[in-house]
Amino acid sequence: MIKNIQRILIELANIHRFVMRFFREVFMPPYEFKEIVRQCYVVGWKSLPLISLTGFITGVVFTNQSRPSLAEFGATSWLPALISIAIIRALAPLVTALIASGKVGSQIGAELGSMKVTEQIDAMEVSGTNPFKFLVVSRVLATTISIPILSFYTAAVGLFGAFLSVNQNENTSFRVYFDQVFDAVTFLDVFSLVLKAVVFGFTIGIVGCYQGYHSSKGTEGVGKAANWAVVMSMFLVFVEEILIVQIIQAMRA
Amino acid sequence: MLKTGGHIDYNTEVITVRHVSKSFGENHVLRGVDLKLHNGENLVVLGRSGTGKSVLIKLISGLLKPDSGTIEVLGEHVDELNEKELQQLRLKIGFSFQNSALYDSMTVRENLEFPLVRNKRHLSRAEINHEVEDVLDAVGLLNTINQMPSELSGGQRKRIGIARTLILRPEIMLYDEPTAGLDPITCIEINGLINEVQEKYKTSSIIITHDLACAKSVGDRIVMLLDGRFERQGSFDEIFDTDDERVKPFHDYNFIT
Repeated sequence: MIKNIQRILIELANIHRFVMRFFREVFMPPYEFKEIVRQCYVVGWKSLPLISLTGFITGVVFTNQSRPSLAEFGATSWLPALISIAIIRALAPLVTALIASGKVGSQIGAELGSMKVTEQIDAMEVSGTNPFKFLVVSRVLATTISIPILSFYTAAVGLFGAFLSVNQNENTSFRVYFDQVFDAVTFLDVFSLVLKAVVFGFTIGIVGCYQGYHSSKGTEGVGKAANWAVVMSMFLVFVEEILIVQIIQAMRA
Repeated sequence: MLKTGGHIDYNTEVITVRHVSKSFGENHVLRGVDLKLHNGENLVVLGRSGTGKSVLIKLISGLLKPDSGTIEVLGEHVDELNEKELQQLRLKIGFSFQNSALYDSMTVRENLEFPLVRNKRHLSRAEINHEVEDVLDAVGLLNTINQMPSELSGGQRKRIGIARTLILRPEIMLYDEPTAGLDPITCIEINGLINEVQEKYKTSSIIITHDLACAKSVGDRIVMLLDGRFERQGSFDEIFDTDDERVKPFHDYNFIT
């Protein structure tokens, strides 16, 4: 029991050191611009097909599921406003983060994990270069930059999916639909999307990198690193969602 | 091919290891070892698997920290250096890993450029290309420049790994099992390359191995790690001129089987 508590405390101390090292190194030159751009391409561009599909389906399904409840009160004309608030405030950043946790988090965990167990990270270190800056800082920055952009994209695709459903069932035109959508959204809603997406992106990057960077025990360790990167980042995304919603509610009041 | 050892300066020590111990949990790998590497010397560390040979060179390069004892490399105490100082010292140390540790996602050219562009930022593109081609030529693999590591054979990977360390012109080379997993012909080629590197780049080297043919071919001096301590040292013949039951089977297996 005491040994378990000790192990958890040591792990927490290691995570704290890892995060602090990121903030120390992110501002110190030299900067790995080329690698950051490459990682943004890997994280952002290569996730687009999956994000497009899930964002679109989320929009359509949410609209179809919400319609009966509003129809009971004859309030289906509120659908665009309801959908826009739900997608901008909650669904877009959350769906993007969950997809990215699975796709990007596991990829980062497995890639760094395999580099660790095949001594590629040690090789960078002994050749007088800084593997942390090249591997960790670039990836965490890439996820922190890309997830907010992807979240806006998810929101756009989701709103379009919802439009198709609304247009089909309520005969609402494109212009009327998007007028209602933008009327319902406030600056604080957009701010909450950006804040959540930045925090989620940072979490996915740092968790994936931490798991990969500290993996051991050969190929088994690589699998564990990828697995834990997904599990931990998904768990943390939900915890952060609750906390940020509380903060935004307090700001709204 | 036996070595001549012509350039060795026995008055200058480039690495001095004093009373170094290292344990992993209950496993006491090194128990107060002492070691000296002279300038220009190829020193072979022999020993069975799991006796701490690789741990020793990881301690020397600062990848691991000793539990006790001191390690001096080119006049600097490795365990007292901060991160930046250690990074500077590492530029003078080449480390050839057992599995080559080539960066899988990069081509051979990018593997070689990686340490160069980050440590010699003043170099022009033409100078970088020249350096890359020069070391690739030195290891005889100029034709692989645009290949991915996955397209190379085991021996080629070893050579590229050595080329990647040579590109920074190190003063000291640390080879971790350079011939492990290679066929006998490739082993002979790698041994020849280690001797060529010593001659051409005037390096001092520690070669970790359990391959006696390699030890005999590249070693100016040999030390044998037994039970966490250096029990024997000298020339190849001196090492095996013994009735020690821990040493004899080692020799017999390599040369009788």
